[in-house]
Amino acid sequence: MTVIDRTYPIEQIRADFPILSKSFKGKPLVYLDSTASAMKPSQVINEESRVYEEEYANIHRGVYYLSAKATERYEQSRKTVQKFLGAKHAREIIFTRNTTESINLVASSYGRKFLREGDEIVITGLEHHSNIVPWQFLVEEKGVVLKVVPVEEDGSISLEKYAALLTPRTKIVAAAHISNVLGTILPVAEMIRLAHDVGAKVLLDGAQAVMHQAVDVQELDIDFYAFSGHKLYGPTGIGVLYGKEELLNAMPPYQGGGDMIASVSFEKTTYAPLPAKFEAGTPAIAQAAGLAAAVDYVTSIGLDRIRAHEDELLAYATTRLNQLEGLRIIGTATKKAAVVSFVLDYAHPHDIAQIFDSAGVSIRAGHHCAQPLMTHFKIPATARASFGMYNTKAEIDALVAAVRKVEEMFR
Amino acid sequence: MSDDLRDLYQEVILDHGRHPRNKHTLEHASHLAHGENPLCGDKLIVYVKLSPDNVIEEVSFEGQGCAISTASASLMTEVMVGKSLAEAEKLFGNFHALATGEGETDITGLEDDMDRLEVLAGVRDYPVRVKCATLAWHTLSAALHDQQKVSTE
Repeated sequence: MTVIDRTYPIEQIRADFPILSKSFKGKPLVYLDSTASAMKPSQVINEESRVYEEEYANIHRGVYYLSAKATERYEQSRKTVQKFLGAKHAREIIFTRNTTESINLVASSYGRKFLREGDEIVITGLEHHSNIVPWQFLVEEKGVVLKVVPVEEDGSISLEKYAALLTPRTKIVAAAHISNVLGTILPVAEMIRLAHDVGAKVLLDGAQAVMHQAVDVQELDIDFYAFSGHKLYGPTGIGVLYGKEELLNAMPPYQGGGDMIASVSFEKTTYAPLPAKFEAGTPAIAQAAGLAAAVDYVTSIGLDRIRAHEDELLAYATTRLNQLEGLRIIGTATKKAAVVSFVLDYAHPHDIAQIFDSAGVSIRAGHHCAQPLMTHFKIPATARASFGMYNTKAEIDALVAAVRKVEEMFR
Repeated sequence: MSDDLRDLYQEVILDHGRHPRNKHTLEHASHLAHGENPLCGDKLIVYVKLSPDNVIEEVSFEGQGCAISTASASLMTEVMVGKSLAEAEKLFGNFHALATGEGETDITGLEDDMDRLEVLAGVRDYPVRVKCATLAWHTLSAALHDQQKVSTE
């Protein structure tokens, strides 16, 4: 039984997010699309501004005060993320643009160096396009074989079917930690153990996970972990790749340029040590500070409490939506995060989202960058409502009322 | 219901969305094309039967889409019957102008058809929905130009 946290500071949290108190086209905002991108609290917005106003300059190598201050803040942000993920060293945290770039970095750098023709990569049928396409590059380039774990009817992944795909030739397992379409939480601990048993490395796409639950990369023995700042209530333009030090050290650079070198001559260039080796060019300096502020913010509330709050919203939404005739929830795995994808037998997801918008309810309709998953369920698209730390039951009531409005019009 | 929404989802659209006309395959089609809007996953096939003197005898469609795209395809299959290739081209240009609010608007000789299609003009206020309304039309145009596939990306 879930213990309801009556002390969850929902009012305070909502007050921290300036956009949540705004009205659009005369309607208060009911934002149920945090899975696509989360809103930002003042703490994040202010920290990004503060860097620009008080301690901004390009980082590294600057002798002057401001550059040193900016460098210090940037590296401090890295330590904040290190602690957040439970990584052993700060140098195992690489700042990227987003999850997509983090995955591409591993596919391109690790994949090109260590994969050979006939080697196998295992992904799941739940993956976002960003955890499919980078691996397909290796299929084309190197003749690597891509194997896909099928999705079960309820949107879960069967460990037996997964294990059956692993062979001594499996070099990489790349899987979502939590599905962006269905909310399924994958059994990653067992998946990692089984992958390691055959000598494969594991990359987890944590884009949908870090805001819902605490992740400890050492405890789970994760090889690579990727996530984006903007889904964690942080800025756009900054993402993270965690990689085990010995793996990152063995990998060639991903991009060449400034900051990633030790010395350059026209005959020979030597590369900088971690993490600079993977951070060519001027990075997202203020955004890194904003990301650290976002991590501090969710940590101060407590991911366990956020998770409990969102679980309560998910249970409530599931119960309410299941009472509606003609509505089918896609993705009913027992272990789920705060995402509800659904279809109506009388209206197309695009029409649903349009009617919702007129009621001030922002949800997403479409294939959610997971076309293979849509094909699996034989649907063109779904309507998807997702919940963040700031959502309320009253907003789910608004969601249900909006479905009734669609029903009125289309049924 | 807000008036804005009523402009978009007029009764005629809801009716054609629920009960689309000419939604079936065409056994003796002379032309066909597949249309796809990869952003929303909508897919359809448009079939055309041209007479020996290049007049559209029949148009039909199959596929799945939202109310707007289904209604637009349905209305298109009705207004296109009996049109020569040149008239079809002109109607396409005018419909495109109607849906986007930009481009050609010489409707001489097509007044009645444009009157019927006016119900779809509401989409121009919803940029992301314009593609829903124009998908079937682009697909028909592709079929008539002997292209097999079209994508409204």
